[in-house]
Amino acid sequence: MRRRDSILKNLDWPIVFLYIILVVMGWFNIFASVYDPETAFNIFDVSLSSGRQLLFIGGSVILIIVILLMDFRIYESFAPYLYALFILLLMAVLVFGAKINGARAWFDLGIFRLQPSEFTKLATALLLARYISNNNVKLTEFKHQLMAFFIIFLPVGFIMLQPDLGSSLVYFAFVLPLFREGLPAIYLIVAGSFALLGVLTLLLPITIIIIIVLVVGIIWILVTSRSVSNIVITSLLALLSVGFSYGFGYAFENLVPKYQKDRILVIFDSNSVDPLGAGYNLNQSKIAIGSGGFSGKGFLEGTQTKYGYVPEQSTDFIFSTLAEEHGWLGSFVVIALFVFLMIRITVIAERQKFKFARFYGYSVAAIIFFHFTINIAMTIGLFPVVGIPLPFFSYGGSSLWSFTIMLFVLLKMDMHRTQVLSR
Amino acid sequence: MWDNRRYIIQGAFVLIGLVFLIKLFAIQVLDKDYRTKAERNIIQPIVQYPFRGLIYDRNKQLIVYNEPVYDLMVVPKDVAIADTTEFCELLGIEKEVFLENMKTARTYSRVKPSVFLKKISHEEYGKIQDLLYKYSGFFVNPRTVRGYTSPVLANELGYTGEISRRQLDRDTTGYYRSGDNIGITGLEEQYERLLSGKRGVSYKQVNVRGIEKGSFKDGALDTVSVPGTNLITTIDLELQTYAEKLLKGKTGSIVAIDPSTGEVLVMATAPTYEPKMLSGREFGKNYGKIASDSAKLLFNRAHMATYPAGSVFKTVQALIALDEGVIKPNEQIYVDLSGIGDHAPAGYYDVARGIEKSSNNYFLEVMRRLVVQRKNPNYIADSRIGLALWADAVKKFGFGAPLGIDIPGEASGLIPDVDYYDKIYVNKNWGYSTVQSLSIGQGEILVTPLQVANLAAIIANRGYYIQPHLVKGFEKDGTVTLKQFEKKYTGKGSDYYPAIIEGMKRSAQATTRAPIKDIVIASKTGTAENGAKDETLDHSVFMAFAPVDDPKIAIAVYIENAGWGGRAAATTASLVMEMYLKGYIEKDWRNREEYVLKGDFLDEEQKREIERKKQEKARKIALEQQ
Repeated sequence: MRRRDSILKNLDWPIVFLYIILVVMGWFNIFASVYDPETAFNIFDVSLSSGRQLLFIGGSVILIIVILLMDFRIYESFAPYLYALFILLLMAVLVFGAKINGARAWFDLGIFRLQPSEFTKLATALLLARYISNNNVKLTEFKHQLMAFFIIFLPVGFIMLQPDLGSSLVYFAFVLPLFREGLPAIYLIVAGSFALLGVLTLLLPITIIIIIVLVVGIIWILVTSRSVSNIVITSLLALLSVGFSYGFGYAFENLVPKYQKDRILVIFDSNSVDPLGAGYNLNQSKIAIGSGGFSGKGFLEGTQTKYGYVPEQSTDFIFSTLAEEHGWLGSFVVIALFVFLMIRITVIAERQKFKFARFYGYSVAAIIFFHFTINIAMTIGLFPVVGIPLPFFSYGGSSLWSFTIMLFVLLKMDMHRTQVLSR
Repeated sequence: MWDNRRYIIQGAFVLIGLVFLIKLFAIQVLDKDYRTKAERNIIQPIVQYPFRGLIYDRNKQLIVYNEPVYDLMVVPKDVAIADTTEFCELLGIEKEVFLENMKTARTYSRVKPSVFLKKISHEEYGKIQDLLYKYSGFFVNPRTVRGYTSPVLANELGYTGEISRRQLDRDTTGYYRSGDNIGITGLEEQYERLLSGKRGVSYKQVNVRGIEKGSFKDGALDTVSVPGTNLITTIDLELQTYAEKLLKGKTGSIVAIDPSTGEVLVMATAPTYEPKMLSGREFGKNYGKIASDSAKLLFNRAHMATYPAGSVFKTVQALIALDEGVIKPNEQIYVDLSGIGDHAPAGYYDVARGIEKSSNNYFLEVMRRLVVQRKNPNYIADSRIGLALWADAVKKFGFGAPLGIDIPGEASGLIPDVDYYDKIYVNKNWGYSTVQSLSIGQGEILVTPLQVANLAAIIANRGYYIQPHLVKGFEKDGTVTLKQFEKKYTGKGSDYYPAIIEGMKRSAQATTRAPIKDIVIASKTGTAENGAKDETLDHSVFMAFAPVDDPKIAIAVYIENAGWGGRAAATTASLVMEMYLKGYIEKDWRNREEYVLKGDFLDEEQKREIERKKQEKARKIALEQQ
């Protein structure tokens, strides 16, 4: 006997509230970024992005209702099929997809376009959660780590073929839930070290890198132990580091296409790259943001925004609209909202009884975190320009719907956290 | 298990948030640079070029005006030309020019307009105007260039052109921008600040495609353009035209001054060019041609060329000597021919006869009395005192330094003084004998035609002059402001002038083609030695004023390589003065006008001499080659 509860029972209202604020703010900013003072279009006009975004928001509401009505148990049981389906879709998009901005990442369905890689994140998160939640799986063991990485990097391989660098990067977000579930910290440390080494390689000559590696190695040996094995291992690691730096530098110089190289170099030195070429987006984005000042120019008053100086402004560069028209204060509010949202998601994840839901919760937080970090970092010149949207904010149905589904699937699981998960 | 790791993850969220807020604070609040850049993005200054001031002659006849021309502008993005050949034919340009200009425009901006073809004349524009609609992406921008009512005064007016990099760097006013027009040489340069007016700017907001989106700050920073000031010159345009006609085909210059005001009536130089050649689209092509011409077409001989003074300088010697009292107006001095070579006979001379006959030996004596005044028993020291006195007196007549005429490039000429000789003779043992050739205007003395015309004005005025000038007033918003000048006296007295003028009157009578019917003139011929002793002759020099009792015009004429001053220069001066005073030329047996226009001033003997010099030179060259 089951009592028919309200479908809203146990719904986590703080998250819903944060979600609504972010979506509505995004919608206003999309309007601002396409607003033209000389035409009489209003925010609801479907010939503008803002009008279409409202339709997408409407679609999201329907999706939310469907998710809340559906059985929460299907996600775990259907995870492998869902994953398989999206891998197939990723393969299909390489053949049937429409080529937009040089990447074959979209299905053109006439009235709207669909980006399967946006939804694959959800499927990957579910399958990974299911795998991890198996009691036999220990993330401290190498073969289980290998399997987890396989689940993550299979879709990444297909996405790289599109090629869509930005979407691929987001899959590294799964390192965070894996870390939460016991993946050794050394993975993060090594990954972080190599990332740092890569950045240093772009900035410094190889001789300086070698000196740095030597100094760090010697200090390491001095403070840990002077045993033979430690010295040998450290030396090998040092050699590996130098080799990596050299190889990375060579690959960057010779294998990376010039436009991507410029996008990276422009971060370190905005004068090194043609401001009308590779540096244009970042340059204009920084001008828009920087000119916003402390409190901004006011809604629909951003000159850089309304006169179209920032490219891709309603999608990947939506943050520049916010920062120009609402200044540092507006940026502060939005960043704070995101941080609250992400922390709240981890709080929800932590209160789950089952590893599956907990892992899934952390995955959602991590994916939002990566999007948030990379997107804002690229608009203010802390990260190369790679096209990924700001969750809930950027214009686009695929992005909004995939984040909505991801978030509300978690909320649905959370509503039933006290119930027994039966297989 | 691993529960504490949640704090690490949550910490990462907060950390990234903080990093963003700090970075944003730096670029939004601390760094003001982006605000400037943002304004630079959206603000497009639209320049309103002011109307350049007009230039009139003394009778308010227009000389220089502004002619509308059209810059053909292009927005590369909008260009769609079906038939390039047809388009090029319409504009009268080569296909390579078309491609080159399109490339330049595209490099500048695909969406913002830039100049495709500069300065299309009104007539050419008329031809293309009706067909231009066929070519999207092109439109015209009206501007002005200088237009001229007469083909004269090129070197005096100067020209306008795009400001050079060097001028921009030197500009301290901060007014000029790259691409601005600026006056170059002549009155255009001298009065640039007044003529140019003030540019107006309106600041428009533009979107990323360069499309206007209203004014910036509601036009609070906009300025209105102020038209330039008009110049009223002292030139008599008709007389100038006549003078230039007479100079055609010759090398030389004419300067005529109204002695009572210092107003320059005529300032002509030859060879020259037509002013319109350096205006409009053909500027570049023509400038190269004009500037590289071996005849130095941009060299205004009237105030830039310096010549040995020659016999006209004898009047200055006489005036100084009379003013100093070393000779008396009626004093008879016996002159033999033992001093220097002379065309004048031996005998008794007073100052009038000395001028009339241009006696070299008479003026040698005058100079001796000026320099050797026995103020010091030592010959050398005495010469120093005398020469210093002489040089100061000569400089008072406007020699040895620019007179300050209001166009650039005026030469100083040279009056050798004590310092000058001390530099040459390091041990300073020079004396009167060293400097005696100065007595007849030879030696180191150098003068400009303008200075000689001014000398004629001084004698006409009986002892003073007014700085010669080309602009007498400025017209702005319908009101005229006149320039003010002071008289500059050249000596202590003036009662001795009649004697000099008497000599000049008689000299004029003795010069066949100088006299004018019904008008008494005073004149002095001269021959400026040609420094280059080649196959050419000396320069013909003539200085005069008329009418003697009420002088209206003082004139100097230099015709290079035309021999004795009594022929080429005297006839030319006579014609210019007659035309000014009467308005027409009296026909008589002398056929002066035909004589000058024909330009054949040499007699058989002179021609034989040129021939002889040529052969000599050829022989020399042949000898050197052996």
